[in-house]
Formats: sequence, structure tokens, C-alpha cells
Amino acid sequence: MKINRLGIAAIALAAVGALTLSGCAGGGAAAPTASSNAKAIITTNGSEPQNPLVPTNINEVGGGKIVDAIFAGLVYYDAKGAPINDVADSIKSDDNKTFTIKIKSGLKFTNDEPVTSSSFVDAWQYGALLSNAQLGSYFFENIEGFSYDEDSPLTGLKVVDDTTFTVTLTSALSDFPLRLGYSAFYPLPASALKDIAAFGENPIGNGPYMLAAKGAWKHNEKIDLVVNPAYDGGRKAKNGGLSIIFYANQGAAYSDLLANNLDVLDAIPDSAYGTYDKDLGDRAVNQPSAVFQSFTIPARLPHFDGEEGKLRRAALSMAINREEITKIIFSGTRTPASDFTSPVIDGWSDKLKGADVLKFDAKQAKKLWAEADAISPWTGSFQIAYNADGGHQGWVDAAMNSIKNTLGIDASGAPYPTFKEARTLITDRTIQTAFRTGWQADYPGLFNFLGPIYATKASSNDGDYSNPKFDALLKKGSTESDLAAANKDFQAAQEILLQDLPAIPLWYANVTGGYGTSVQNVKFGWNSVPIYNEITKG
Amino acid sequence: MTGYIFRRILQAIPVFLGTTFLIYFMVFAMPGDPIVALFGDKTPNPAVVAQLRAQYHLDQPFIVQYFIYLGGIFRGDFGLSFSGEPVTAILARTFPVTARLAILALLFETFFGILVGLISGLRKGKLFDASSLAVSLILISLPIFVIAFVAQYVFGVWLGWARTTVSSGAPLQDLILPALVLASVSFAQIMRLTRASVIETSGLDFVRTAYSKGLSSRRVIPVHILRNSLIPVVTYLATDFGVLLVGATITEGIFNVPGVGNTLYQAIIRGEGPTVVSFVTVMVLIYLVVNILVDLFYGLLDPRIRYVK
Repeated sequence: MKINRLGIAAIALAAVGALTLSGCAGGGAAAPTASSNAKAIITTNGSEPQNPLVPTNINEVGGGKIVDAIFAGLVYYDAKGAPINDVADSIKSDDNKTFTIKIKSGLKFTNDEPVTSSSFVDAWQYGALLSNAQLGSYFFENIEGFSYDEDSPLTGLKVVDDTTFTVTLTSALSDFPLRLGYSAFYPLPASALKDIAAFGENPIGNGPYMLAAKGAWKHNEKIDLVVNPAYDGGRKAKNGGLSIIFYANQGAAYSDLLANNLDVLDAIPDSAYGTYDKDLGDRAVNQPSAVFQSFTIPARLPHFDGEEGKLRRAALSMAINREEITKIIFSGTRTPASDFTSPVIDGWSDKLKGADVLKFDAKQAKKLWAEADAISPWTGSFQIAYNADGGHQGWVDAAMNSIKNTLGIDASGAPYPTFKEARTLITDRTIQTAFRTGWQADYPGLFNFLGPIYATKASSNDGDYSNPKFDALLKKGSTESDLAAANKDFQAAQEILLQDLPAIPLWYANVTGGYGTSVQNVKFGWNSVPIYNEITKG
Repeated sequence: MTGYIFRRILQAIPVFLGTTFLIYFMVFAMPGDPIVALFGDKTPNPAVVAQLRAQYHLDQPFIVQYFIYLGGIFRGDFGLSFSGEPVTAILARTFPVTARLAILALLFETFFGILVGLISGLRKGKLFDASSLAVSLILISLPIFVIAFVAQYVFGVWLGWARTTVSSGAPLQDLILPALVLASVSFAQIMRLTRASVIETSGLDFVRTAYSKGLSSRRVIPVHILRNSLIPVVTYLATDFGVLLVGATITEGIFNVPGVGNTLYQAIIRGEGPTVVSFVTVMVLIYLVVNILVDLFYGLLDPRIRYVK
């Protein structure tokens, strides 16, 4: 899970921004494009990492962008999300339970320490240990020996020799190799584990980039990365380095892009949604990303359990005009959902059985709601809780109006001032309304959108949904030896979700960004982050 | 005089203890669990949350947390932020940036505010007076983010005269635009205060006496009129300096100034107790010091105000 919170002040600026920007758009000086310069530093936006730069402790985009640049894992993901071997030479398994991983020999960290199988095994042991309290520790929970109750070593990890190690899982997981590109699985040099606090401040990696110098992380200002000359994998940099500038407010970053102080921006502020197309022309980027947005109705709410609940959930879903809201509120920067995952993920489909429930249909919605009323008459009002510091009010109000007008019931948003307040109430199950939910994939696989959220007793199953048939299909998918077969199972599992609607899918968030006139070859990856190593500047 | 300063400093001690306690309590009482929020939309395992809570002493009762914090302060340890950085380092990094910005803004607003206010007051009812009153009214009524955003767009993006945001290290030339924005509202206030005060003082007996003694207006205006008109302005400047020093959250956000306001705002949103309390504590100290300095400055401006004992 990578957290990406939208700039808050940006919302306040929306009205003014739209006025000024539309009033005087254009006029940016065009920089001359000469031949690209391999030494050129690309400037891009980022945010102050919330945690020290230890890969297993990174779970938000601010730090994620940096560790992905300075570390190379066993695999990396290409623009489409397909895994490609980076440090790994081969990852093999006969049963999806025990994996034999061979790594390339002769690779080095930037402090000249060799990258060996122990670099991985020791790093994972560190990340999984309870007392180290790493935010990414849940990534190791499927490895034998993992425990949330006590400090216990991962007995499933065994070093065979310098370039070979084996991983034994507690049960079969067909997509385990796909997960290995996530930052929690990066290797660490032995020196890191001796003084992890110092390492978190000045990390030493094996990736395409490295810190420009000791102390290159200037807190709250920026971090400077230069090319790691020793890196020779598939992500070799075509530029001289990255300067990631931390912005607390996306509006500021956008202004910098317009003024050519910034080369690449991966988040257009809400205030510029209406104008960025015109401001940037063909340098504007707007494409679907691996972010799924929904609202969850816990089954414990009155009227939302059993057959009555199913009818009401379907009615609510059909009462929301997703097309209109994504067009008007989000200016086309969201794509209406047709499943529970994301179009950038291999195996996504918009032809699932029962996906009609995600289409606006006022007549059918009224009919279903009336059928539910026949079981037990509706009382009270329908509410969606959201955090007011994340720019959610616009769509919540619009969706609630859509429900109100279609079903003729009282529906409204229930704002909580901060993200942490809303999340706390959701986590401890004291919330008595439906609530906003969102999911940004950790790795490009269908399972990641389903297992952690809707499986019985799964960690992020905030709505306490449970359906044995769904669980069985997930399990079946996890044991398939072939990814295509697994995806079929996961699609079938989603068709159950479309009947039960534990969460109502709304839309996929697009990645919106742009780049300056002096850079070329800017592409965004499946995870909404620009593929920095491919960018050239001239 | 030294006795007076000593007494003022003694008074500052209970104020210091009281504010840290209150702020700590408020951060503690803020709804929501900051540790849970660290995990975003993902629900963390309770065991991991418990580990992290213990690490930040969040599992202790409020009063224990407060004393752990207070004990740390006396050892020069202000605690750690969630990113593992000592809060003292954050303080040392952000306050100089904000101080530079505040001093620059203060210089702009003082110079232009007093100058325009003085001319306006002396030429009451004339064209200059009327137009500067109109301009100041506009500046006062515009919200600061409008001024900031328009200035950033016009001077930064459109004309390209200034950088749109402040670059790393916050060099002085980058701070000019945000400082002008920050100064704009206070400029209007100072201009109006000076103007009113100058008009009032000009009509007083001692000014008439000075003129009738045959003194030239080159001497009367600065020495007799202006100096005696400055008391309300100095009071305003002092409060304003305090306000500027504790960070202009909105302006710092728009211009991406890595200063106090920006940092504190994010710490509040994340619920980082130690960072919030330490920042506010330092702000309180600054406020206290500035207030003592202003009280002393009154004596210099107007000898009738003296501190005896």
C-alpha cells in the first residue's frame, strides 16, 4: 500500500487557480531542444519520506520513489507491470510453495560490498522481525516462520550458496514471484544492519541511482541522486541523475512545471484539472493507474446484511452516475470502474458477469430498493464517511446527490477532519456508516486487489466481509501453476463480489502528470511513477 | 532596568510550562491514532501497531508521556519525528528559513508602510492619500492565498521575473516574492495606523509649538511628528513579527518554503506529538522574547514610559 495524499491547500485554491490560469494560459518560453545530454539531471516532484529510507519500512510514495531508484530487487516491473529479472537470474518452483532463487554473480552495492544471497535473506529477516516494527513486515507473512506474536526468524529462508537461496511459504502462492519487485524485498548490504538509523539517513543501494553524497537527503527540501555507474541491469539510466524536490503542496509543483523549474510532475493538483490539458498540450499525461476507489458498507450496518443487503447494495451502486461524476467532478481524471481491480493489471476485464451493477440505471435501482423495502422497510439515512483533508468532498456530495435523487432517500457525506481520525474509527470498527475506501496496488497482480481486502479475516478487510466461495476461488487461484489460469479464478472470484458488493466500486484513479519542454521520452509506469531511468534531457 | 528584565524572564517560566502542557494535552486529545494513519488505507496488524506505539511512548498514559517529553527537553532531547529525525534538527533547519522570510517581510512592510502612511497623513484628503487608502483597502480585503497565487502566476510563470517556488537552501533572492506577499497585508495595516497616528499627532500642541518656534518641517516631521506617532505602529509590528516568525502556513505552502509553517502543518496532520509541541514551545519562547523587547523599546520612543525598579 502506498499512500498518496493529495495536496490540501490546493483545494482551497481551486476556484482562484482556475480563474487565473484560464485567464493567462500559455506564454511559457520554449527551451531549445539540442541533442540529449547524458549528464543532465532530471528534476521531479516528490514528498518528504515519512520514514527513514529503509526499504522494508517504506509504505508511501514519498519514500517509495527514492528507494525504487536506489535499489535493485530480484525483479523490476516494466511499464505494463510485467516482472523482469533485475538481480535475479532465475526464480523457480515446482509447487508454488518452495522457490529456488538464483541471483547474478559479481553485482555490488555502491560501497563495493558484493550482493549475495545473504544480502536478501538478512534484509528480509530484519524486515519481518516483530520488534523491528517495520511498516512493510506484512509482506513476509506468507514465509515460513513469520509471526505477529513474537520475534521469530523466517525459517523458510535458506542460503544455499553465495548466489542461491530458497524460500518456503506456509501455503502455495502463484503470484509470489510477481511480488518480489516490491520495495520490501530489496537487498541490504551487511553494513546497513549494523547501524540501521545511519543507513536510513544515507542508504546504500545497488540500483540505477545512488545518493549524490552523504547527506544528499535534505529534509523537507529535496534529495539528489546520481547515476550508479556499477549498475548494469535493465533499468540503466539514460540521464545523469535525479533531483527529487519535496513539495508539501502540489499547486507549487505545478507552478514550477509551468515556469520550467521542474522537468517531470506526476501529480496535477485538483485546482488545475480544468486547465492542465491546455497549459501543457501534448506534454500532459492522463492514463489509468493501479488505484481503485470504492466505498465499503460493513455488513454489521442495519439493512445491509443478507438478501436485503444485497438488494440495497446493488440499488445504491446503480443509483450512482459514475460517468457523469468522473467527467464533471474529476474532469476525466478518473475512469469509471468495471471491476474491483485496475485496467493496468494483467487479467483485468470489463466483461465480468454481473458488472452491469456498476452502470447507472435509475429504474432498476428503484426497483431493487423497493424489493428490499418489501423485506424490511428502510429507515434512517445513508451516509459515507470520508476524511476532509483528502479532497473527497466533491465526489462524495455528488454521489450522495445521485443516490438521493434516484432512490428518494436521505443520503449525505459524513466528513471527519483528518485522515487519521477516519482511519482509526474504521480500524477499530466503531464507525456506524459506510466509508470511503481506496487501494493502490503494491505489485501488479489481481490478487493484491482482492486477497488483502475481501478474504475472510484479511488484514484490510475493514467491512468484515466473508464468503467461503470467494475464499475458495482465491485459494484455487493461488495454487495454479499458470498465471493465466490463476487470473481466470480471480475473475470468477470477482463475479461473486459483484453479487455481494462488500464494497461498491466507483472508479480507477488516473495518473495525471506532465513534463517540461526540455525532457523527452517520459513514460509513466503501471504504478503511476514516471520511468525515470528512460527520460532524456537535452 | 535589569531587575525589570529579570522579572519578565521569571514570568516566562510558568507561561512556558503551561503552554507546553496545554499543547501536549491538545495533541494527545486529538482524535485518531497517528500510528494507524501511517499505514494509509491499509489496515495494519495490531502487533506491529503495538510495537510502534511503545517506540513513541504512545502506549503510556498522558501524564507519563508529558513528563517523558519534559524530561527530554531538559536534557536537550526534543524527541524524534516519525522519519527518525531529531526534532532539534528540524527546528534548527526550519526556523532560520522562516526567520529570514519574516525579517525580509518585516523590512518591506515597515519601510513602505511608514513611508506611505506618513505622506498620506501629512497630505490628508489629497489624491495620494485617497489612492493609497483605496489600495490598502483592497490589500486588506483580499485573502492572502489569492495574493500569493496571483503573484506566483504573474511574476513566476508569466513574466518569469522570480522563481515560482523557493529552491533548496532558501536563498534570499528566492524569498523576495513570498516576503512581498506576506508583507502586503501588514503593509496596509501599518500604512493606515501610521496615517491615523500622524494626523492625530500633527494637531497636538507640541507640534504647533515646534512650528511656532520656527523649526523647519524637515526637523518637525521626523523628530516631533513621526517619532511620537510610532507607538501603535511598533506594537503592531511586534505582534506581526511574532506572527511571521511562527510561520505563514499558507504562503509557505504556495511557495514551497521549507519553513516552520509548512513543517508544523504536516506534523499536525500526522499527529507527531513531539514535533508539534517542540515547535509551539519555541514559538511561545519567541513571542515572549519579542514582547519583552517591545516593552523595552517603548521607553526609547517615549520617555514618559519608563520602567523603574
